[in-house]
Amino acid sequence: MMENMKLIADHLVYEYNKGTNQTVRALDDVSFVIHPGEFLGLIGHTGSGKSTLVQHLNALLRPDGGTIYYDGADVFEKSYDRKALRGKVGLVFQYPEHQLFEETVFKEVCFGPNNMGLDIKEVEQRAYAAIARVGLTEECLDQSPFDLSGGQKRRVAIASVLAMQPEILVLDEPTAGLDPKGRDELLSMIMDLRETEGISIVLVSHSMEDVAEYVDRIIVMDKGKILYDDTPKVVFAHAKELEAIGLSAPQVTYILQDLKSAGLDVDTTGITLAEARNTILEALHWKG
Amino acid sequence: MLRDITIGQYYSADSVLHRLDPRTKLVGTLIYLVSLFLFATPLVYVPATLFLMIVIFSSKVPFGYMVKGLKPVLFLLLFTVLMNMIFVKGEVIATIWKIEITKEGLKQSLLMGARLILLILGSNVMTLTTTPTRLTNAMESVMRPLKLIRVPVHEIAMMMSIALRFIPILLDETDKIMKAQMARGADFESGNLVKKAKSLIPVLVPLFISAFRRANDLAMAMEARCYHGGEGRTQMKPLRYTGRDYAAYMILLLYLAGVIVTGKYSTEVLDWIGVR
Amino acid sequence: MGIIHINKVTYEYIRRDEENNVEGITTAVDGVSLAVEPGEFIAILGHNGSGKSTLAKHINAILYPSEGSVVVDGMDTKDEDALLKIRQTAGMVFQNPDNQIIGQIVEEDVGFGPENMGVPTKEIWERVEESLKAVGMYEYRSYSPNKLSGGQKQRVSIASVIAMHPKCIILDEPTAMLDPMGRREVIRAVRALNDVEKITMILITHYMEEVIYADRVFVMDKGKVAMSGTPKEIFSRVSELRELRLDVPQVTELAYELKRAGVPLPDGILTREELTEALKKIRMMGQ
Repeated sequence: MMENMKLIADHLVYEYNKGTNQTVRALDDVSFVIHPGEFLGLIGHTGSGKSTLVQHLNALLRPDGGTIYYDGADVFEKSYDRKALRGKVGLVFQYPEHQLFEETVFKEVCFGPNNMGLDIKEVEQRAYAAIARVGLTEECLDQSPFDLSGGQKRRVAIASVLAMQPEILVLDEPTAGLDPKGRDELLSMIMDLRETEGISIVLVSHSMEDVAEYVDRIIVMDKGKILYDDTPKVVFAHAKELEAIGLSAPQVTYILQDLKSAGLDVDTTGITLAEARNTILEALHWKG
Repeated sequence: MLRDITIGQYYSADSVLHRLDPRTKLVGTLIYLVSLFLFATPLVYVPATLFLMIVIFSSKVPFGYMVKGLKPVLFLLLFTVLMNMIFVKGEVIATIWKIEITKEGLKQSLLMGARLILLILGSNVMTLTTTPTRLTNAMESVMRPLKLIRVPVHEIAMMMSIALRFIPILLDETDKIMKAQMARGADFESGNLVKKAKSLIPVLVPLFISAFRRANDLAMAMEARCYHGGEGRTQMKPLRYTGRDYAAYMILLLYLAGVIVTGKYSTEVLDWIGVR
Repeated sequence: MGIIHINKVTYEYIRRDEENNVEGITTAVDGVSLAVEPGEFIAILGHNGSGKSTLAKHINAILYPSEGSVVVDGMDTKDEDALLKIRQTAGMVFQNPDNQIIGQIVEEDVGFGPENMGVPTKEIWERVEESLKAVGMYEYRSYSPNKLSGGQKQRVSIASVIAMHPKCIILDEPTAMLDPMGRREVIRAVRALNDVEKITMILITHYMEEVIYADRVFVMDKGKVAMSGTPKEIFSRVSELRELRLDVPQVTELAYELKRAGVPLPDGILTREELTEALKKIRMMGQ
């Protein structure tokens, strides 16, 4: 049973501005589990607590209540090696500009494994592998990370975390500011990572369409609490409730609902483009 | 951690102090700071502390919030106190290892400590109750005579106001960068001083790059909104003294007189209270 | 009479290496011509690096063309005497909400433009009030910008431009750093100002959903205008858009997929309503 739960968040509570009249409870009794190899979506509008939550997963923030168990061990115990934990739970922040600093892409990617105290050979091996893994070409190795495009910078940031060989990879809005093509390329790269390496992915996203397309399970946050923790189909069936907290269902779900009320016999639980297409074709008795 | 710095941060509230003309507050703060250095007798800290307490109380800024502003300068404070305690010569009252603590040193260090605390709290009151824009407006106005000797008063004021606006943003960003690097295994706590200094490079490089980008963006945004220096500029909130300000100046003068009397006649005052 | 004339504008910049040697010349905008009529809502689409932002900065006289000319309301942007007048006529909103708010307090930021223009104090206050009301931010007038959400900050930036009484507003990817809710807020404000105040809007973006309300759309690629037309015309060309690293709204994509499966749908479906209507009709015919 336990080996099926890689990470357990147990009744997490976290407050900002403690001791002033503006105390904000950013996390309010949050509990959930991350399983090995799972693709998890984390959604919620700005200020719902999802960024705060994500920073607990690798112990960057210490909760005011509750704790996190990783492989069965309490990560906030005094003797727990939290630096090592950050190698296992890799967190990639939203804007790569917030971390790139080296002269070359290669050195940048070495930064993570270097900090883990590995020997230089192992560090370089991992860096080469990670750079190839995220689809950066060899010409990039000696380039300055600042000369790259937005999408490439993000790949460098992901590679530098991947080089630590994490078991869980947490991505905070990896596609923000990318153009549509860049977004699709990055997401399919992440999908591929999960399939070939078997690592768990936590994707923080504002795009319901992306989440619907890729993840196995969605956690919806609102005002520091978990509102839903279920499969995309179940979560997006609550379109009204999601709208009330500033979110929405994917566009196709609304289209299917429109069609249903217009008298077309479609399955309104469709959340991806392919599902919508198929159910509409079926309802029209179209034989392609 | 970085969020705790309150220096230069405006605390929104509706109090007499908030409504005072910023020039009054600027001049008042200067007078207050000077009053702390006029006399060497500890007795002047009685009116100085009393005055500050009244001012803080009438500012409606929570006292705890105000004291939080002392935190980042705690090191400086301790350093000053220790230095005075150790290096001032005089009548030895205690010896710890080879360090002699003297009566004069103890007195001096307490005096310096009290002076620094009052100084920081005093200037904190001003920045907490005055928006930085109003403050820079006041500086521009108070320094206006310097224009005659070609000091770019307007430009200095504008730079200060922009710097103040970006302090919270850059602090926030520093926090984010540190966390992003910690997520990649960076360690800012352990190691000796050299190692610690070295570990800051991954924070400083992105921070500088970001600051320059912001500066560039901001310059463009200002130009796009027709900014072309102080020439021909009007003001949305021109400074105007009201009765409140004249009253404040009167109170300031009374305070200053109080300090001078206490300082000058300290022995007599002590006799009068019967302490001696 | 057009309000903005962009005539065969080319913008080149010289790339230099660390020793300041010339590495090469990059042509960011390449012979672009377009004219905008007063009151129009124009959208300029393009992937990152297509030259759309560079072009936008020409209209506000932040950049000057290497070749060709930009004329704003009858004034050539190269005419230095007209500089302030041009910037006041064609206001600009930028991408990063934090890097364009100068004031410590919302109302002070909105007053910044009029102050620079030398507007009398009393009138500044009137302008600040009306501008903040126009974007629905009046109740936040005494807030610190740091306490606002991204969408609110961008609305303040729009108000700050409106306070200068421009005829035209150029928005350079104003929603790129916002969440969906912030994006909706900003686009709603832009549309309302275009509808009610008849301010000419030039919106630069790569979000397809924001484009469907525009009167005309220009798609840029490699510094050139690759496609132009109404949103309907543009979005009927799904495969061309994909080649330009762009996307279509999900409704349009669904319609495109259905069409590929043989369903006889019209081209360029942009909204849920259009799709529902079209499918209803097809079903009636099938029966």
